[in-house]
Amino acid sequence: QFVILFMEVLLKAIACVKQVPDSAATVSVQNGRVTWGDAPLVLNPWDEYAVEIALQQTEAHGGDVTALTLGKEDEKEALKTAIAMGCKEAVRVSDPALGATDSQATAQILAAAIRKLGGADLITFGMQAIDNNSGVTAVQTARLLGIPVLTLVSKVVSLDLTTNTIVVERAIEDGKQVVQASLPVVLTFVKEVAEPRYPSFMGIRKAAKAEVKNLSLAELGISQPQSFVRWAEITNPPQKQIVTEIISGGSPEEIAENLADKIMAEKVL
Amino acid sequence: MTNKIWVYLDQFKGKVSPASWEAIGAATQLSKEFGGGITALVFGKGVEEIAQEAITFGATEVLLAEDDTLNDFRPEPYSSLLAKLAAEQQPEVILLPDTTRGRDLAAMVSIDLKTGVIPDVIALEVSAGEITATRAVYSGKLISKVKCTARPYIITLRLRTFSKPESDDGRKGVITRVNIAVAEENIPSKVKEYIRGEGSVSLTEANVIVAGGRGMVNRPTLTPPAEIKGDKEVDKWRTQQGFKLISELAETLGGAAGASRAVVDPGYVAYEHQIGQTGKVVSPNLYIACGISGAIQHLAGMRSSKVIVAINRDANAPIFQSARFGVVGDLFDILPPLNAAMRKRLGK
Ligand SMILES: Cc1cc2nc3c(=O)[nH]c(=O)nc-3n(C[C@H](O)[C@H](O)[C@H](O)COP(=O)(O)OP(=O)(O)OC[C@H]3O[C@@H](n4cnc5c(N)ncnc54)[C@H](O)[C@@H]3O)c2cc1C
Ligand SMILES: Nc1ncnc2c1ncn2[C@@H]1O[C@H](COP(=O)(O)O)[C@@H](O)[C@H]1O
Repeated sequence: QFVILFMEVLLKAIACVKQVPDSAATVSVQNGRVTWGDAPLVLNPWDEYAVEIALQQTEAHGGDVTALTLGKEDEKEALKTAIAMGCKEAVRVSDPALGATDSQATAQILAAAIRKLGGADLITFGMQAIDNNSGVTAVQTARLLGIPVLTLVSKVVSLDLTTNTIVVERAIEDGKQVVQASLPVVLTFVKEVAEPRYPSFMGIRKAAKAEVKNLSLAELGISQPQSFVRWAEITNPPQKQIVTEIISGGSPEEIAENLADKIMAEKVL
Repeated sequence: MTNKIWVYLDQFKGKVSPASWEAIGAATQLSKEFGGGITALVFGKGVEEIAQEAITFGATEVLLAEDDTLNDFRPEPYSSLLAKLAAEQQPEVILLPDTTRGRDLAAMVSIDLKTGVIPDVIALEVSAGEITATRAVYSGKLISKVKCTARPYIITLRLRTFSKPESDDGRKGVITRVNIAVAEENIPSKVKEYIRGEGSVSLTEANVIVAGGRGMVNRPTLTPPAEIKGDKEVDKWRTQQGFKLISELAETLGGAAGASRAVVDPGYVAYEHQIGQTGKVVSPNLYIACGISGAIQHLAGMRSSKVIVAINRDANAPIFQSARFGVVGDLFDILPPLNAAMRKRLGK
């Protein structure tokens, strides 16, 4: 009379992704506003690694990846690429009431969204967003969720769902550090961890049709978190007047001697 | 009386990161505006010497925590301890060097203290007790001035940007030992092992960087030994010959060797050498770019270097626009005599 269900333990992963202007864009400030002309908007390059590792781990252990973004209602590029790479679902937190958020407020909202989605074993982030170059949101989100965080992962050594542990290698200043943590965990990555896959043809078709699930702050059960940090001023960098001096000479040896003199004269050694 | 300006001193295996002293330098400037002395924080195991040295650099007080749980940096116990001390003593500012550890700690403690964090700052100004921090954003394409409405300010300082103060053995200060905040069983991670990198000087701390790009592949007259076969293997071998020249000059100059992504992606040079948007961001006094075209993503990692030298065969390579000195020539021809010329001048 008893039905015994063998439930396979699957890995649940969430990849946090952000839309940014392409890394090759010419970005400038015009009339106090940041512009990048007609440069495309793309998935933040560092987040490609977050998506890739989440996919690799769910492929190895079974399970799905949800791509999560906080952004304006019409922001779709990051989510579209994430779906095209293989994420199952795309979730966007968006709210007309929401102005600019600092990293700490972004983390509050992402943490609330992750809870709303029922949490995950693996929550992946990019090392930093190439627009604000902060590199703090992952750690902040992990702290708010009360779970461990391992930044700058260069290799996932093992992930074990029976013991709920993960072992990774991290790239730090003077080498590699092997660290073990319990799941659920937040991770960020350096480039060496993997080569992000290109979206497949099927993936791109799927992405074109994919529905993005929108969540408002009210649906997350939170009010707008306070932002403490703000950009009081944004400017083009001062034009460094560089006069390039081409060092010449009759032979490589002569050029080298002339260049060596110039380097010594700069008194930088 | 407690000090308003705190400085977290980063260390790895008991060795202080030089950027910690730069942070004391920045703190000294701030303390002129805020008044009072400087409190340095030293967490670790076997790190008392760092606490003493901090006083010679200008700290008037050091809070020293030594424990097994603090032996390897982990953000959770470090953050809990820093947050506990800051909650008790209410500093206005906590400065940290922007090392991997400093960045993680700053991010986490900002949550514990319910304040903002301003990472990778390149300049600080104070007016009427309010700090304005300058940061590079959009990979250095723009500059933003940042303010924070909550206290304390949590600020990480870009390495090699603030000057290190002179040390003076005559300076006096008090070292106070403090207890840990979290027991081992409540820390969710364990450091199991450490594998040392191959380079002896870390790129982000190097005073001089010599970097090589795809130009290293391009020396058709270099003939590989017979056992090296296939285009890719030959390219790799040629790159390694070029990288040897790069590394030799770097060593002569007491610096580190860097590379562009073009030689890292195919696996010719290890990723730890990559400079740029998806590699390391560096600002040495001297950056010598060899066989590197100067793509915007490479510039993102090195444009704040003080003096840039470019060696490139193509007189129209964009890298020359950022360079103080340029040589239009083949890196394989220029590097050996340049190394000899520098050795001579440096008495090596
Ligand atoms: C999202 C993204 C992130 C990226 N991140 C990075 C990054 O972090 N770092 C990075 O470097 N790139 C990065 N790139 C790649 C970047 O766009 C360039 O492709 C790369 O920097 C080119 O490397 P290179 O200058 O060595 O090669 P090339 O552009 O091929 O230039 C080689 C140069 O060498 C010269 N040359 C050839 N032979 C010789 C010789 N014998 N002697 C002297 N000169 C010679 C040539 O004239 C040429 O100028 C990124 C790209 C993207 C899209
Ligand atoms: N608006 C956002 N939506 C989703 N993820 C984000 C957002 N902002 C930042 N992140 C994640 O946090 C990482 C680090 O961002 P940052 O701390 O802003 O440099 C990014 O690479 C993303 O993975």
